[in-house]
Amino acid sequence: MADILLEMKKITKEFPGVKALKDVNLQVKEGEIHALCGENGAGKSTLMKVLSGVYPYGSYTGDILFQGQECQFKDIKQSESLGIVIIHQELALIPELTIGENIFLGNEQSKKGVIDWSQTVIQTKDLLKKVGLEESPDILIKHIGVGKQQLVEIAKALAKEVKLLILDEPTAALNESDSENLLNLLLELKRQGITSIIISHKLNEISKVADSITILRDGQTIETLEPGKDEITEDRIIKGMVGRNLSNRYPQRDSKIGETIFDIINWNVYHPLQQDRKIIDNVSLHIKKGEVVGIAGLMGAGRTELAMSIFGQSYGQKITGKIKKDGKEVEIKNVSQAIKQGVAYVTEDRKTYGLILIDDIKANITLPNLQQISQRSIINEQEEIITAENYRTKLNIKSSSILQKTENLSGGNQQKVVLSKWMLAQPDILMLDEPTRGIDVGAKYEIYSIINELAQDGKGILVISSELPEILGICDRIYVMSEGKITGELNREEATQETIMEYMTNIRGEKHADLEQAYTK
Amino acid sequence: MQTLSKLIQNNLKQYGMIIALLLIVLLFQILTAGILLKPLNITNLILQNSYILVLAIGMVLVIITGHIDLSVGSVAAFIGAISAILMVELNMHPFLSVVLCLLLGALIGAWQGFWVAYIKIPAFIVTLAGMLLFRGLTMIVLEGQSIAPFPTDFRQISAGFVPDFFGSGSIHIFSLVISVALSLIFVYKEVKDRKNQLKYHFNVLPKSLFIAKLVGVAVVMNGFTYILATYKGIPNILVILFVLIVGYSFMMKKMVVGRHIYAVGGNEKAAGLSGIKTKRVTFWVFVNMGILSALSGLIFAARLNAATPKAGNLFELDAIAAAFIGGASAYGGVGTVIGAIVGGLVMGVMNNGMSIIGLGVDWQQGIKGLVLLSAVAFDVFNKNKSSS
Repeated sequence: MADILLEMKKITKEFPGVKALKDVNLQVKEGEIHALCGENGAGKSTLMKVLSGVYPYGSYTGDILFQGQECQFKDIKQSESLGIVIIHQELALIPELTIGENIFLGNEQSKKGVIDWSQTVIQTKDLLKKVGLEESPDILIKHIGVGKQQLVEIAKALAKEVKLLILDEPTAALNESDSENLLNLLLELKRQGITSIIISHKLNEISKVADSITILRDGQTIETLEPGKDEITEDRIIKGMVGRNLSNRYPQRDSKIGETIFDIINWNVYHPLQQDRKIIDNVSLHIKKGEVVGIAGLMGAGRTELAMSIFGQSYGQKITGKIKKDGKEVEIKNVSQAIKQGVAYVTEDRKTYGLILIDDIKANITLPNLQQISQRSIINEQEEIITAENYRTKLNIKSSSILQKTENLSGGNQQKVVLSKWMLAQPDILMLDEPTRGIDVGAKYEIYSIINELAQDGKGILVISSELPEILGICDRIYVMSEGKITGELNREEATQETIMEYMTNIRGEKHADLEQAYTK
Repeated sequence: MQTLSKLIQNNLKQYGMIIALLLIVLLFQILTAGILLKPLNITNLILQNSYILVLAIGMVLVIITGHIDLSVGSVAAFIGAISAILMVELNMHPFLSVVLCLLLGALIGAWQGFWVAYIKIPAFIVTLAGMLLFRGLTMIVLEGQSIAPFPTDFRQISAGFVPDFFGSGSIHIFSLVISVALSLIFVYKEVKDRKNQLKYHFNVLPKSLFIAKLVGVAVVMNGFTYILATYKGIPNILVILFVLIVGYSFMMKKMVVGRHIYAVGGNEKAAGLSGIKTKRVTFWVFVNMGILSALSGLIFAARLNAATPKAGNLFELDAIAAAFIGGASAYGGVGTVIGAIVGGLVMGVMNNGMSIIGLGVDWQQGIKGLVLLSAVAFDVFNKNKSSS
């Protein structure tokens, strides 16, 4: 049996009013990939923050043994000096600095305070080779994609002579192929003897790479599964996470599909800054009443750009094409016109584009709908409270009251607030962009149920998602996009992950290489 | 006991600045051996600070949208100069001149709002340019000279008092009537609001504290008016201020446009994607600031009874300090009109009190700086505590 690299014993961590961790035990063996699973708020990130010294010794109880030594970290520096490096979900890279500068940030290659640039470049090249990133060390971080940035983070960790690498949701923002790359890299690092802990919601990835899986629920260790000994399936993990069998991850719905309610015809959009770069290329699509339509595609295929350009031309320039609602052509030049026409758009990044985090649930829900609850521009506060309270109950938004600030809500509940806000607007067409990203399994189910209900009410729903099982699970019809074009349209019956993947990667080859180059320059 | 300390903690942020103001008043009342709250001095205090408070109302709106306006002092001076030219040199009717001046202020606000909202030049730069530009223009139109005196009617803005309709005894009775009526309205509104909040199970002050709050406000308000009434009654400028404070508070709290202003400052992108015309909101906030700068300039000119090239110097910094002391956030989205007023009064009382006890301007500046820093530090400290 392999040696134990890390042991956390009886870790208890309290926040004012809540016990985030209760007697949590975790054992990580040398040279393995250990997955940490659990719903949002189960305590995964808190546990990792205890381990890396973000929460210093003394603010929790319990013991941490690393390589057999007891550790009492006061800050991150101390844990890093032992080779424990954590890569957070929100990447800690500085966009305006180069790859090389970022990798050695805080760890500069210097002599007496003067930076040795040639050493920096040489070592950076070496590290980049190790993580399989073919970029020059002096490219700015802001000019490379999220997938590559994630690799830079790992290179940065390697520069610190990492022994235990902790990744918090590393693939949440990545598309399928970048995720694949990253997971392969983890396997490669494992071969080189680096142990890693990976926190992820994507169970298929976990079952692919993990050597053992520890499941947390409500701040407690539930179990540790090991392949070989235990049967590992996604259902088995989910059962541990939610404490019950979630027999169906996608709620059933009887589709009652009516007439076409929304038409997009020959839609063309150019890049907001680069005048001659076409982002959306002659896209036509339609949505029927009561229908859930999916848009699949790789990152950069133009899905978000398409939705945003439809939603009151919030993206791009030189937009041409027609929008028809109920067969009649309508003009939607800005967001308020879109809302008036009954079009709503739930954004991909709820923190940046969806919510006003410093405001409470009530103010967020009513923001696009203030006209509804006011008379002569004066807000009727009672009506506002009743409306907000109504949605809080209906969508089961877990919060102390409607006056709770949205920044203190978990991801799933934040998403429910965004959904409430657009449900209140009574749209006929609802576009949802990655509606379940970074949300735990239980909340996902609730969101799917809401989508189903809306469809049943005869609304037209458009779902953009990078998770193919999700698209397959909830949509009646699926469009596939690639490089700004619609490359395929599939019915629920004929769609499989394989066929969608084929359409997604449809127009590859020379043109794509050009684009890729244009992107990185 | 634990509940009481928790209660204090919860309400500290909301009422902290008001308590601080009362403590400062008390401190200077003692230090000045009672001069601070003498009727004449209180009247002076209001007149001295009115133009800063008017600016602070506009400034807090600008700060809530996430911007800043450095030009207000220069704009006030420029408008003061124009008003003098209109009234003194061209003998225009005061009322017409005031209207024209306010319109000009709106135009200046529109000019700056255009660059900030539509061209997306940072407000710091636009208004820094405005500060230089309008100071320069002031000197040009005044040719480096002061213009005086203003017509008497115009000076009534800053020098006049509400007339007493109930005869002219030693006490100004009409002022007291107004004050009692207003405090009754206040109590009625508060009780009604509380009932509503209880209906929805919101956290409210416990009954004893709530009554204490009502009694406290009523006593302070009526006591304050009583002191004024023993001198010449309510100054005209206080009426203007009262209308502005109530009006703008109502707008920010209860009206759709107020909500839009907070939303734009809180998260401009999310606000835009919620159908708010963010550029238009920003633009109008600057137009509003222009109008209030003009009003401030007029009040100052009327008080000084002259338009001078140096008028309004450093007004912008006092107005900005008032907003921040009053709890506005430099990141936007947070702040209240009433907070800015309280912040302005904190500065005003300190200025006045320190002058009475004979502290030099050098010390006054330094102490004001420290007060600004500690008020904001207190805010940040409070915020960190509540979020951890």
